[in-house]
Amino acid sequence: MVIIENVNKTFGNKHVLKDISAKLYKGKCNFVIGASGCGKSVLMKCMVGLITPETGSITFDGRDFLKLNYNEKISVRKDIGMLFQNTALFDSLSVEENVAFPLRMFTNFSEEEIIERVNFCLSRVNLINLNKLFPSNISGGQKKRVGIARAIALNPKYLFCDEPNSGLDPLTSRVIDELITDITKEYEITTIINTHDMKSLFVMGENIIFIHEGQKWWEGEKAEIRPSGNKELLAFMEASEF
Amino acid sequence: MKFFQHFGEYLLFLKAVFTKPEKGKIFFKQIVTESNNIGVGSFAIISLISGFIGAVSTIQIGYQLVSGILPDYLIGRIVRDSNILEFAPTVTALVLAGKVGSNIASEIGTMKVTEQVDALEIMGINAANYTSFAKIIAGVFTIPMLVLYAMILSLIGGAVSGWASGIISVESFVKGLRTDFMGYNVVFALTKAYTFAFLITSVSAFQGFRTQGGALEVGESSTKAVVYSCMSIIFFDYIISQLMLFK
Repeated sequence: MVIIENVNKTFGNKHVLKDISAKLYKGKCNFVIGASGCGKSVLMKCMVGLITPETGSITFDGRDFLKLNYNEKISVRKDIGMLFQNTALFDSLSVEENVAFPLRMFTNFSEEEIIERVNFCLSRVNLINLNKLFPSNISGGQKKRVGIARAIALNPKYLFCDEPNSGLDPLTSRVIDELITDITKEYEITTIINTHDMKSLFVMGENIIFIHEGQKWWEGEKAEIRPSGNKELLAFMEASEF
Repeated sequence: MKFFQHFGEYLLFLKAVFTKPEKGKIFFKQIVTESNNIGVGSFAIISLISGFIGAVSTIQIGYQLVSGILPDYLIGRIVRDSNILEFAPTVTALVLAGKVGSNIASEIGTMKVTEQVDALEIMGINAANYTSFAKIIAGVFTIPMLVLYAMILSLIGGAVSGWASGIISVESFVKGLRTDFMGYNVVFALTKAYTFAFLITSVSAFQGFRTQGGALEVGESSTKAVVYSCMSIIFFDYIISQLMLFK
């Protein structure tokens, strides 16, 4: 479980995150939704340690990330997998080398064991016979799947997905959604998804946090959205394509 | 004031770069790859430029020393000293600042704007170390070798152009090369080469690493890498010359 408490972040005069507190549950797809510029990407960057908030705490199963020293933070980061909006695959490495990268850096596996694990992760995301291709030679949907395979290579406890469906066609989006849901359930991962995609939210969303103007405006389950009567949340929902 | 802020950031960047690599085996592989990119990849351009600089310097010195009083082997001696002391290390470094520096800055800058650096950080990897350490070590290892190669080739170029243009015979040119040869000049040139190699790779890696934005900013970082590398080369050329030639 990840617990966020009273997180505040400002950039210059702009107060981007205003006292945000939330709980993100293990084995569930936790959604963070909100309009562009509302602060959800900043919140995710705070959670993975790319941005340090001014105040508050972010606790990963009892480990307060902001109070840890450098080496302790690295041990938490090894439990984190992240799927980036633009996949962030290493251009100079092949698909196989991308997935093998965290294994080569952090395990003492033999080359055979690494290749075996890579092939397992790639087959888990339904990618076969692409091992030797480079990111520039595969489609957007395939890149996302390689990104997921890389993110799960080290069996992470926490999976962060930033706009996992952006730029994908509806069918591929569905495949990616199903993959994330299956992996979350199968490995009991705490999955956190930043998205605008309401279709995904209604298919896989369990715990939902709505951010509006830097504040947590609403939190609940998808069945509670419509009865909530929350004006901003309902306006956001109605404005989406879904 | 901004200069001191950037210089401070540069020192902090170097502190992050010069830490123990995560995996020695991967680091060694990176050094081999980068040495190939920087050293072997620059071989042709350095050959061309150093050969022609030697040739041109022989013709120009011959043109200035047209006199019946001065012996012609002096041309070889002046070509030797000017190439070893200045042309080979400095011109090679300036050319490599353009070729290698822009390449390093744009490679790391692209990694930065496409979130590849963020991906490294999230994995718990020291991104400054992973992206830059091997490049700096490979540069410091291969650039002085290229400078030595440039020295030799510029002298060969000088001998060939002197003979081809009829300014000086090969025998006289070689006599000039051997007259009052000082090994210290080569030490001086290599000191400059090591310093310039470190400046080119570290300044360019720093510029790449602080890139923010998109393709436009990657281009800007690449340009800044070349400009700042060239400026620091010229500045340290002066400092090292002052310190080592006039103690």
